[in-house]
Amino acid sequence: MMATLTFYLAGVIAVIATLLAITRSNPVHAVIYLVNSFFALALLFYLLGAPLLAAWELIIYAGAIMVLFLFIIMMLKLSPSSAEKGLMATSGQWVPVVLLAVALAGCTMLLTGLDSLTARGIPRWHATPRDFGYSLFKEYALAVEIASFQLLFAAVGAFYVGRPDEPKDSRGGA
Amino acid sequence: MTEQLIMLALILIKLVLVFAVVLSMAAYLVLAERKLLARMQLRYGPNRAGPGGMIQPLADVIKLLTKEDFIPATADRGLFLLAPGLSALTALLTFAVIPFGPTLELFGQKLPMVVCDLNIGLLYFLALSSLAGYGLALGGWASNSKYSLLGSIRGLSQLISYELAMGLSVVPVVMMAKSFSLTDIVMAQAQIPFALLNPPAFLIFLISIFAESKRTPFDLPEAENELVAGFHTEYSGMRFGLFFVGEYINMVILSSMLTVLFLGGWHGPWLPGIAWFMIKVLAICFLFIWVRGSLPRLRYDQLMNFGWKVLMPLALLNVLITGACLLGMG
Repeated sequence: MMATLTFYLAGVIAVIATLLAITRSNPVHAVIYLVNSFFALALLFYLLGAPLLAAWELIIYAGAIMVLFLFIIMMLKLSPSSAEKGLMATSGQWVPVVLLAVALAGCTMLLTGLDSLTARGIPRWHATPRDFGYSLFKEYALAVEIASFQLLFAAVGAFYVGRPDEPKDSRGGA
Repeated sequence: MTEQLIMLALILIKLVLVFAVVLSMAAYLVLAERKLLARMQLRYGPNRAGPGGMIQPLADVIKLLTKEDFIPATADRGLFLLAPGLSALTALLTFAVIPFGPTLELFGQKLPMVVCDLNIGLLYFLALSSLAGYGLALGGWASNSKYSLLGSIRGLSQLISYELAMGLSVVPVVMMAKSFSLTDIVMAQAQIPFALLNPPAFLIFLISIFAESKRTPFDLPEAENELVAGFHTEYSGMRFGLFFVGEYINMVILSSMLTVLFLGGWHGPWLPGIAWFMIKVLAICFLFIWVRGSLPRLRYDQLMNFGWKVLMPLALLNVLITGACLLGMG
């Protein structure tokens, strides 16, 4: 009973916080609402029996990626008084947002409708770190490797983009 | 029914005790630091309030509570008020997973000496430690002042430089203990502490917690001779007090983590478990103060270079070697 109530409360908080995050004009406030939403999401994972995922949600998304966002916002010197009032997006920018939301909702409904996908996962209430690790690195090893390769490509790409400029005279102009 | 009531009462007593001990340890660490630093610099330190300055922490609290709570006109009010609380809260919450003694038998009940033995205790610590950065970052940004903002930027650049190395340095511990639960990790060190089994991981973690505690030689976010007081320049009264006490609670927490992960937790000969735990924690706290009295501050590009180019590759290599050794031993 208590768990069910907390579950729905966290769900509502996650939705509201995410909505506030995408409508704030002040980027720091948006980041804070997004972190809030990650917290609620982590609670949902925990209540669904996946404490490991809950911890990772907080460490990676709330703890690392959002901190990086904050760092960049501060490097851009956006002070509390410089933010403008009003919604972030103009009416033209709302169209792709709505399209994306509809597509996502459709995908989610399709996926939850497929029984085989939900039936194949690990038992819901036994997702201890050990079981989760076995499942991830035995059954889904290929998917994990592909995902990590993508990260490697991204890292190489970032390294290439961020390489120091060569001195101009050695290349003869251009 | 009575059994459940006794259990509930024991848990409540445990909670109150943990809070009281951690908070009073933090308060007296402030005094200990001032005294020890003074001795290292050939001074006396605070010695007016009470015998030998023993009630100085109480006097400090009264002073902080009666000061004006000042909010700058251009500050982002909500976040400005929120930040100090975040800083102290994340520090206090971490103590929930730290086991400080072997399971106790009281009134026929088994009472584990940990507030909550999560099976992901170590990850819980890492999550909260990365969230602690928000108190610092938001405090400095919301103040809307140059010095505060500079302090925050330095704090965040510090956070992203050492955090990966810290996370990687505890991976060998998990590999050796085969569990994320801190109680299991302490149990696995009954024979020999992990600091002796894996000294590189111990050293990397030690350096990382110095950076995590934002103290010399990594006190860049404060840097009082360059940035006035860094991220908490604009704070006064008890809000400054929360940042301040948060730093010392953090010191206790990080010392406890080092004890649990690498120094064998409550294990030790002759004395009872809790006594060993306290001795180890206080010894590391002394090391924190000693280092502050001895080392100068790094520049922040030096810290970032050190974190990314030295600590992280070393930690990765250590994970690899530990894995190979464990595989070789079967």
